[in-house]
Amino acid sequence: MTDREVSYGNLTTRRALFTQGALLLFGGLGWLASFLLLPGLILVLVAFLQRDTDGGVTWAFSLDSFRQLFGFTSTGLSSANLWIFLRSIALAVFTTVISVGLAYPMAFFIANAQPRRRLVWLSLVAIPLCTNLVIRTYAWKLLLSARLPPARLAATMGWIEAGRDLLPSWFAVCIGMISAALPFAVIALYPSVERLDRSLIEAAQDLYASPVRVFFQAILPQTVPGLSVAVLLTFVPAMGMFVITDMLGGAKHWLVGNLINHQFGPGRNVPYGAALSLVLIALTLVGVYSSRRQPGQGAEVL
Amino acid sequence: MKRWGKLTPIAVCVGFLLLYAPLMAVALYSFNAAEKGSVWAGFSLRWYAQLLADPETNRRAWEVREATMNTLVLGVTSTIVSTILGTMLALGMQRFPWPSSVSKLLQIAVDVPVITPDIIVAAALIVGFNLLRFVSPSFNLGMSAMIIGHVTFQIAFVALVVRSRLVLMGPTLSEAARDLYASSWYHFHRVTLPLLWPAIVGGAMLAFTLSLDDFVISFFTCGPSSSTLPIYVYHSQMRGLRTDLFAVSTLLVLGTVVLVLTLERLTRWKRD
Repeated sequence: MTDREVSYGNLTTRRALFTQGALLLFGGLGWLASFLLLPGLILVLVAFLQRDTDGGVTWAFSLDSFRQLFGFTSTGLSSANLWIFLRSIALAVFTTVISVGLAYPMAFFIANAQPRRRLVWLSLVAIPLCTNLVIRTYAWKLLLSARLPPARLAATMGWIEAGRDLLPSWFAVCIGMISAALPFAVIALYPSVERLDRSLIEAAQDLYASPVRVFFQAILPQTVPGLSVAVLLTFVPAMGMFVITDMLGGAKHWLVGNLINHQFGPGRNVPYGAALSLVLIALTLVGVYSSRRQPGQGAEVL
Repeated sequence: MKRWGKLTPIAVCVGFLLLYAPLMAVALYSFNAAEKGSVWAGFSLRWYAQLLADPETNRRAWEVREATMNTLVLGVTSTIVSTILGTMLALGMQRFPWPSSVSKLLQIAVDVPVITPDIIVAAALIVGFNLLRFVSPSFNLGMSAMIIGHVTFQIAFVALVVRSRLVLMGPTLSEAARDLYASSWYHFHRVTLPLLWPAIVGGAMLAFTLSLDDFVISFFTCGPSSSTLPIYVYHSQMRGLRTDLFAVSTLLVLGTVVLVLTLERLTRWKRD
């Protein structure tokens, strides 16, 4: 027997080894193929079909959804969709930058705590996730209402009229988005920050590097794997968000997510919703891909 | 670091404020005597008491309890399924000498659910289920569809957590066990599983949390008959949320904290 192979100390034939591996993979991959890949392909197909008057699809090829997507309406060309796409990207980038910016000091703070305390602090970051996003967002709606201190303070400062709520507004949407994304950013960054080689930071400081240079040249490159996961976990949900904009933003502050949600709900235009989903996927992939192409890194954790 | 040191406490405080202000608001207002809204009408435990009301006379209490039960059933079932499948997937990915092209494909398969916005997964599921419904009525939207949806995004997260632990473990202990003539089952049961246990529990906890946190996928796949707490909250928030929903949310957070602490203790005890 010459074609035997050792894997993790297990000496057996190549074929037996691959059979074992395939059996282990079968369940998970089969699940993902049937409930993610296959429906995903159907979604792509549906984008090229015609809508049906009662909210279904008719099996007839049509580019109507894409025409609608690019803003061709019965009244002529409209730029409304373009603004919604740009707004979604801008808000997702803003949310990601602020969340990651806050997550760095928080991760440093936790990594500097006593070893026994670290897990407690980390759990404190994760606990808000146990309350649902909808309930937390509703809590912000409550907190920003006219009678409570934040709105009163804003009124005293002359930012808003007295007796008005702080929402619907972009301010409220941003607060909601950042507060939803923050736990993910901290949890993703923490492992990298904890493993940071402190001697490099000290060396940089000994060489009189400014704090900004220390961050960009001694800290950032070491935390790139965690950073790219953090960007992924904050940017992707932010791109498709509709709950927060719905509850805190009012009708003027729609994102792609709201547009898609509308088509599957009251809009009753599934092909258009499917076409919009393709755009969202494309935009997300561009965002994710550009965040992963950090200079000088090949390391990928996810 | 010294000059940064002055900004760090501020950022940490702002961060924790953003995380805990909504939780505090929910907890505080669950003791509000008023039925809804931000008007404080005095301290009261009536909403907690009302959760236990007789379902015959109090339909509202029954609805809230039903929604909470659905949330928990969905979370527990999907977590169990996804933990088993995700752990197997991680083992299959990591422990076999796959050619690099296969490894890359496996990596992509696990990455895709993570980098897909949940609204897309939800849209794909609803479109797919609408077609499959013609094949078999068991593909109707409802609890089973919600479980399928949750497992779909949870598998990847479990696999990621378990796999990173497998990478850290390396092959040496397995090789030692095999050298000492451990059978496959013995090796898995006495070497791999005990070492992997913390990561499996961690992955399961993450999956459960994600299930509790998810709204979008449940919202799309719930169908007319079954509702979870978040969906219930979403539908009633336009008219102002009633205080009993704050009470049940507070209980749910407390319950999860107790569960997480217990699991943490258990895994620590296993390691000692």
